[in-house]
Amino acid sequence: MLIRIRKSHELRDADVTPETLYKSRREVLKTMGLATAGAIGGSVIAGEAFAARLSYKERAITADEPSTSHDAITGYNNFYEFGTDKSDPARYAGAMKTSPWSVRVEGECARPGAYTLEDILKPHALEERIYRLRCVEAWSMVIPWVGFPLGDLLKRFEPANNAKYIQFETLADRERMRGLSFPVLDWPYVEGLRMDEAMHPLAILAVGLYGEDLPNQNGAPLRLVVPWKYGYKSIKSIVAIRFVEKEPATSWNVSAPREYGFYSNVNPEVDHPRWSQATERRIGEFRRRPTLMFNGYGDEVSHLYANMDLRKFY
Amino acid sequence: MKISVPIIRRYLKPAVFLALSWPLAWLVWQWGQFIHGQPNGLGFNPQEFTNRYTGDWALRYILGGLAITPLARLTHTPTLVHFRRMAGLFAFAYASVHLTSYIALDQIFNWTEIWNDILKRTFITLGMTAFTLLIPLAVTSTNKMVKRVGAKRWLWIHRMIYPISILVLIHFIMMRKGTQLEPLVYGAILTVLLSYRLAVYFKKKAGFRRTRHKST
Ligand code: HEM
Repeated sequence: MLIRIRKSHELRDADVTPETLYKSRREVLKTMGLATAGAIGGSVIAGEAFAARLSYKERAITADEPSTSHDAITGYNNFYEFGTDKSDPARYAGAMKTSPWSVRVEGECARPGAYTLEDILKPHALEERIYRLRCVEAWSMVIPWVGFPLGDLLKRFEPANNAKYIQFETLADRERMRGLSFPVLDWPYVEGLRMDEAMHPLAILAVGLYGEDLPNQNGAPLRLVVPWKYGYKSIKSIVAIRFVEKEPATSWNVSAPREYGFYSNVNPEVDHPRWSQATERRIGEFRRRPTLMFNGYGDEVSHLYANMDLRKFY
Repeated sequence: MKISVPIIRRYLKPAVFLALSWPLAWLVWQWGQFIHGQPNGLGFNPQEFTNRYTGDWALRYILGGLAITPLARLTHTPTLVHFRRMAGLFAFAYASVHLTSYIALDQIFNWTEIWNDILKRTFITLGMTAFTLLIPLAVTSTNKMVKRVGAKRWLWIHRMIYPISILVLIHFIMMRKGTQLEPLVYGAILTVLLSYRLAVYFKKKAGFRRTRHKST
């Protein structure tokens, strides 16, 4: 398998990289003037000098593949709230106001309410998770996120027994998100997970990318990352989290139920009606490569779907 | 406004030819840059970019070709009609590059996958149908061919551009996710251009009926 989850003792003893050390390494790379450079541990990181703004445990989970370039991850995005062209988010997402930020927690839980971003983040240690991202449009990337497990946050709100699903909602600020003026989808954007999916240790909330704060076009300040599902499940710029009993509405499913199901697990055997999902183009590579079941995370997540017909529950 | 035919032939046609070739020349240049690892305008997904870019230009030239007759009539500029064939042939050329881009760059000659797509994906079935229907128009575009097939049949063949343009528009709308503005804008333009034909047709028919009434 391509990913490696560290055992719990490793998690405890390995400490967060001191910011100064991290920074100095970047400085070295910069002064060496390398376009790409191997970082400690052998991964390849685009050699731009980023300000090391976040403290986090490096490489908690990695893909044994080079990360996609910072330019591509931040310049080629689907974030329809800013326009439907993939260069629109980089161009227009700067207008979004991400501070102050708060998240409404609603529904079947003991601690509903409005939480500031600081409230949300405070108890969680950040870690780097280098994940593959597979877009439903048959392209993919490898992305070094910085975040923390979604389940750890959800537990803090003490979900009730009848909370079977979670629904998430993206900011819909008409003043600052120019794409909202056209009804591409029924705004605001909503997504959802089944509770056991949400509690899976691979599902994270990300606040950073390449060691820095998340850029707006990547879903600042808080976004979901569910690496075994198509990219649109990983909802961006979250303003609401809802604990619900019934399978919640999800935007693409509402828009085209035949094309986008609730589960949307990466599955090379179930085609999108308009194109095959058997292969994908890794951004930066020329040829298509085969798409992996559950995006290569099958060992970790396939038990969640043990008795389900994935052709029916696509 | 009337411009003499020699001037059109010698100066205007080459100029328009160059102008219409420009998007393709630019694309080829960008690929040259890409292959040599130089900065280029192809973005992060050059294959997707090329598919879309060539599809867009093919559609634009189809609409441009359809706009010539009404524009020439409404603005009393018959000279424009000299460029209709060129617009049509350029539409065909860009559609051919579009198809080639899909086969060679996007699918890299994976014929099983291509054949599957053509059969299974409605938007590609429609695109392929549109392209196939365009071939007779391109083949019969020369003066010699007009004579050979006869004016009446030639007109019939070239009126196929109306259904073809509708197929292409559906191809475009279906290919985009969600409800997007761009295909609708192209759709609005096409609606105007085709409505013009309908209006002319009904007017002629009405006129014909009137004259028949008079004579009886
Ligand atoms: C008369 C012929 C055709 C015209 C005018 C045409 C036009 C277009 C247009 C306007 C688009 C949308 C571009 C955009 O989103 O900006 C498109 C997309 C596309 N067309 Fe065509 N098309 C034609 C024939 C074909 C054929 C024969 C095929 C393949 C067999 C094809 C395959 C595609 C594909 C795969 C896309 C999606 C591109 C992507 O997202 O990567 N088209 N076409």
